Amino acid sequence: MITKTKFEWKLGAATREAFGKALVELGRTNADVVVLDADLSKSTYTAEFGKQFPDRFFECGIAEANMVAIGAGLAASGKIPFVSSFSAFVLNKGFEQLRVTAAFPNVNLKAVGTHSGISIGEDGPSQMSIEDISLACSLAGFVVMCPADEVAMMKLIQAAVEFQGPVFIRAGRAKAPVVYAPNQEFTIGKAVELTEGTDVTLIATGLLVAESLRAAEALEADRISARVIDMHTIKPLDRDAIVRAAKETGAIVVAEEHLVDGGLGVRVAQVVAETHPAVMEFIGIDNRYAESGSPDALLDKYGFRAVNVAEAARRAVKRKR
Amino acid sequence: MQKIDNVAELAAICKRMRRQVIEMITEAKSGHPGGSLSATEIVVTLFFDVLRHDPANPKWNGRDRFILSKGHCCPVLYAVMAEFGYCPKDQLNTLRKVGSIYQGHPDVRFLPALEASTGSLGQGLSLAIGMGLAARLDNSPSRAYVMLGDGEIQEGQIWEAAMFAGNNHLDNVCAILDYNGIQLDGFVKDIMNLEPVADKWRAFGWHVISTDGHDIAALQKAFAEAAAVKGKPSIIIAHTIKGKGVSFMENNPKFHGMAPTREEAARAFLELA
Repeated sequence: MITKTKFEWKLGAATREAFGKALVELGRTNADVVVLDADLSKSTYTAEFGKQFPDRFFECGIAEANMVAIGAGLAASGKIPFVSSFSAFVLNKGFEQLRVTAAFPNVNLKAVGTHSGISIGEDGPSQMSIEDISLACSLAGFVVMCPADEVAMMKLIQAAVEFQGPVFIRAGRAKAPVVYAPNQEFTIGKAVELTEGTDVTLIATGLLVAESLRAAEALEADRISARVIDMHTIKPLDRDAIVRAAKETGAIVVAEEHLVDGGLGVRVAQVVAETHPAVMEFIGIDNRYAESGSPDALLDKYGFRAVNVAEAARRAVKRKR
Repeated sequence: MQKIDNVAELAAICKRMRRQVIEMITEAKSGHPGGSLSATEIVVTLFFDVLRHDPANPKWNGRDRFILSKGHCCPVLYAVMAEFGYCPKDQLNTLRKVGSIYQGHPDVRFLPALEASTGSLGQGLSLAIGMGLAARLDNSPSRAYVMLGDGEIQEGQIWEAAMFAGNNHLDNVCAILDYNGIQLDGFVKDIMNLEPVADKWRAFGWHVISTDGHDIAALQKAFAEAAAVKGKPSIIIAHTIKGKGVSFMENNPKFHGMAPTREEAARAFLELA
């Protein structure tokens, strides 16, 4: 719990960089781990694994569909493959392969999509993965995760390897604010409650976790007590954490750098609808594509800042009454 | 496992497998007889003579793999696997019925001895490559065989995979193209011509062997040649006849994806007696 102590905004490594670091550690400790990339290894940070473990690194060229299915073949023969590219490519171009060669036979494939959300920035909307959570969650049996910072990514990659089955992990390009102390523990499917709160719950994932912590501080000034939950595992959801939030705070804001359609928000809303009614607000991209720009400028313009989360929380609290 | 390399014996098995295929698809009242009949000699030669596999230990890590990428032709694969006890013979006629392990397309959830779930065309070659890479990493002699349909290689992923295997000199991967010339909408040459197909594979760095896909001795020779090639993946372009063995099904696009009636099945059994 970070309650009472002020959240200190400090940029750390991007989650994609943490992914690369985690892979090198795994390379040393687990001989079954193999890595595949599609001509983006410098950007996804898998290149260092390739340098240190060249026999276990497969450059597939710009051919994501083939990469995913080769990964599934390696998994069928007992390896633990990580297939990685920009999230927009590994999921959109590899989707059918993720479905037929990984999800459906339930093979032990790990897919990592970097440069997710709009914070990829200048490259613009063709490279922006704003539908990957929705797509990945539609793959039966997949675990879907979106770590908030370096520590979370390192630990959750390790957890993904220990989990037997297909996993999708979402990473970002931009430097991520530090949320966790190095000793924080993570369990797949178990959300982390970062601050206590009684008036509203902010459920966030990825970069929006840090923004939500800042929002909670702003709300405190308005005498609104906000609980912040890092929903690092989007599938399977931590239903208990959601039910407690609904019962104990009566209002939930879900914040994600993703389309509202099919995202974390609607998945949380399903649990709320099934269990305990609560007022809900959603921070996400609403039925459109973004544009080129610096990551900061885009996060400002498209409403992914603490100020936007806090505003949504105030609306939610007002609607409760 | 005791291998059978006698051509006459293998030919007799092929005839029996064809009868089984017709029976299964007739009972199911739907399915794809043409492609099972064109692939029969290839699947039989592989399982009885070529593949290193152990029915007593289906997941033996050193085994050779066989992936039926053209998954709709699973009746012949099921019939042959049942010969080895990988799955029960007495349930073959439950093909495509609810609760059956014999799904309409190969599904490892129901039949774990299968190497892959297939059915969405274009993916099997990539899977075989993954298995070939794993064998190479493990210094295992295991080889990965994959059967492709001719219409199937219209899929772009096949050529991504072909490029990868060529570039990586994956000589433990062997593809077999069941070149029967017919796909669902008609003749391959009219829908999306593949020619010059051998040149295409060669250009992608493959060793190409062309053969008659119904000539068992020629297939045996082709598989031996493929296994001896070093530094390159091999593809056996097997010239076959869709619906082979049943006169009114041969070269008839209608029987790509349609079950025979009871009367047609009875005529087929007479021809396959």
